[in-house]
Amino acid sequence: MINARVTVTLKNGVLDPQGKAIEGALGALGFDGIGHVRQGKVFDLQIDTADKAKAEAEVKAMCEKLLANTVIENYTISFP
Amino acid sequence: MKSAVVQLPGLNRDRDMIAALTKISGKAPVTIWQTETDIPDVDLIVIPGGFSYGDYLRCGAIAARMPVMQAIKAKAEAGVKVLGVCNGFQILVEAGLLPGALMRNASLKFVCKEIKLEVVNANTDFSRAYEQGQIIRCPVAHHDGNYFADAETLATIEGNGQVVFRYAAGTNPNGSMNDIAGIVNAGGNVLGMMPHPENLIEAAHGGSDGRGLFASALDVIAA
Repeated sequence: MINARVTVTLKNGVLDPQGKAIEGALGALGFDGIGHVRQGKVFDLQIDTADKAKAEAEVKAMCEKLLANTVIENYTISFP
Repeated sequence: MKSAVVQLPGLNRDRDMIAALTKISGKAPVTIWQTETDIPDVDLIVIPGGFSYGDYLRCGAIAARMPVMQAIKAKAEAGVKVLGVCNGFQILVEAGLLPGALMRNASLKFVCKEIKLEVVNANTDFSRAYEQGQIIRCPVAHHDGNYFADAETLATIEGNGQVVFRYAAGTNPNGSMNDIAGIVNAGGNVLGMMPHPENLIEAAHGGSDGRGLFASALDVIAA
């Protein structure tokens, strides 16, 4: 069993109104000097294999096909 | 002209769409359920609005990957007209049938109100009942209608006349790039739009500005 983590973030240049709202709220809480807050998503999943290369290829395919919308999002895969 | 309306869990504007198609064409559309992969022989397939699969992951993302959408994609590639309204538009971009993406409204608020649309291209199968440049009224109701495309895609769709409807000056409710409210694919047979023309087709709705879209798509324009 291999555990994988996929992190999906908005591409640079894509407006993130949620990130902006969070940035504003952080400012309201007194956190100074905070900028460029971007909201993303994290997916944790288990793959029933011992072959890490195979798992990585499979997770990459999942990202391309479903987990990320590559028009607006980037993704990274890690094996924590 | 025969039409069909797609029904998926969480879509809730299907009844309004069925009523509009029935009233304007005189014939009730057939319905397509999520598990169907054998799409009936129709001239127009409509994906109505709502919150398919609870808007999980991204609006329209799950629906776009269901087998029924693969079947609809094949129909679209064969030239059948496909109309996606609101969540239907989100499903079409997620399915790759239309370019770009629909993001959270810039205001972060769900907007439910009437806006005005400019008919930017009256030379499509979905808009020919209107005059070029005509301003029409139309309701909107969505949380994720903020159209985004990269600079190259935007230049392509603008250059090809694929932008069919724009929010008229001062009425952009969601921050969409170039005030884009509705676009067609390069082939001109797939239209996606955030506003709800099906909710403004008769006096009881307070107007009938949305009628022209269905009259165009169903080919029932009065001579």
